[in-house]
Amino acid sequence: MSDTMIAASGLAKSFTLHLRGGVRIPVLDGLRLEVRAGECVVLSGPSGVGKSTLMRALHGTYRLDGGRILVRHRGTMTDLAVADERTILEIRRETIGYVSQFLRVVPRVGARDLVAEAAVAHGMDEDAARVRAEALLARLNIPRRLHLLPPATFSGGEQQRVNLARGFIARRPVLLLDEPTASLDAANRRVVIDLIREAKQDGAAIVGIFHDEEVRAAVADRLFAMEPLQDAA
Amino acid sequence: MSATLLSARELSFAFGPIPALRGVSVDLWPGEVLAVVGESGSGKTTLLNVLLGRLRPDAGAVWYRDEAGHLADVHAMAEPELRRLHRSDWGFVQQDAKASLRMAVSAGGNIGERLMAQGARHYGNIRAAAAEWLERVEIDPARIDDLPRTFSGGMLQRLQIARVLVTHPRLVFMDEPTGGLDVSVQARLLDLIRKLVSRLGIAVVLVTHDLGVARLLAERLIVMQGGRVVEHGLTDQVLDDPQHPYTQLLVSSVLQ
Repeated sequence: MSDTMIAASGLAKSFTLHLRGGVRIPVLDGLRLEVRAGECVVLSGPSGVGKSTLMRALHGTYRLDGGRILVRHRGTMTDLAVADERTILEIRRETIGYVSQFLRVVPRVGARDLVAEAAVAHGMDEDAARVRAEALLARLNIPRRLHLLPPATFSGGEQQRVNLARGFIARRPVLLLDEPTASLDAANRRVVIDLIREAKQDGAAIVGIFHDEEVRAAVADRLFAMEPLQDAA
Repeated sequence: MSATLLSARELSFAFGPIPALRGVSVDLWPGEVLAVVGESGSGKTTLLNVLLGRLRPDAGAVWYRDEAGHLADVHAMAEPELRRLHRSDWGFVQQDAKASLRMAVSAGGNIGERLMAQGARHYGNIRAAAAEWLERVEIDPARIDDLPRTFSGGMLQRLQIARVLVTHPRLVFMDEPTGGLDVSVQARLLDLIRKLVSRLGIAVVLVTHDLGVARLLAERLIVMQGGRVVEHGLTDQVLDDPQHPYTQLLVSSVLQ
């Protein structure tokens, strides 16, 4: 059990829409998930079943109605569900990386620096971070002439690859990947598969959502099937 | 966990019969950016003025921890002590740069003045620091002797930021720093604030009604309505999963 990185149990999450007459939409109820170091667990289930909700709960973005999310942080299992705001920030800097489908662009910051920033936040020296950022962008087939440009004008696929570089540069021990290959071509998908395999070899615990069969087959150690909650809830 | 830099406890304040703050508590740690969001009339500017020591709360207290770790009640300070704090440890970036700058004094003079207030006397060093800070806020150092009235709105705001940051304050209060500026000018200013604040490790209390500005600059935020804090959390928690009806309304009103 010592290599358990995430141990979530009893997770419950619903959304209350106050602007829609207080409608309550339950999404997760009594969910249990464990992920070990070096393991890649792929969430599966129909659209709307709560896969992204679970990811955002594991990132500490969605606040839970109940349950706990133990994450191995600095060697200790820490409950993300009750951790204070500053502890969650520390866990994100050091332990949990999150890659979504969409890059949040920052005005005037070039692709290389946007990627390097993620490593500097993790504690890497600025120059070393820039070197690694360039290498990672090149590996993800972002042409060198784009490295210093802000990604606001990049294509969707290019932005997504910048985001992937941001997610993989720091080698955090837990990685949450929310459809990171959604708009990539075959060549870039294979780069991402390699990056995921390397992260696993480094001992990263990975939770992913991949709709792409090829990626899923190449990286998944097991599937975690999610089912819709009963409407009676 | 390290100690707080600024701690406000149960602040209440009323303008006559109209309550502007009702039991507001806020904590700020060194190097962190906290956004205070809400519409006009929500109490955020009153909160800022109470934190700054300009308005005395009807109830509650504001504690500031200085570099030596000494905790002081901001509203119990003698006037000279508070003024010294404003000149050294603290900075205040206002929405209207003209209200904070001295319009009849050169750009370099505006920056140098704060250094001199801290005891700097060597003219050459002060001028060199002013030139360096003009460059850091992307104003051509050749304009060091120009009067601020020849500057555009965006330049004035950047000059104000240079004037505030030149003394390396530990805590900066910002009141709608990008308000009233064109969108392109805003983007440049935001990027500049973001870089300088993270590089210098300054703690910031940022008052804004613009959720995009809060998202870009702040790690944590509090949402105010009717003088109360109705929701608080990490910026992504509050903006991506708003719990309170008022926060849901604010978030849903932003154009995507």
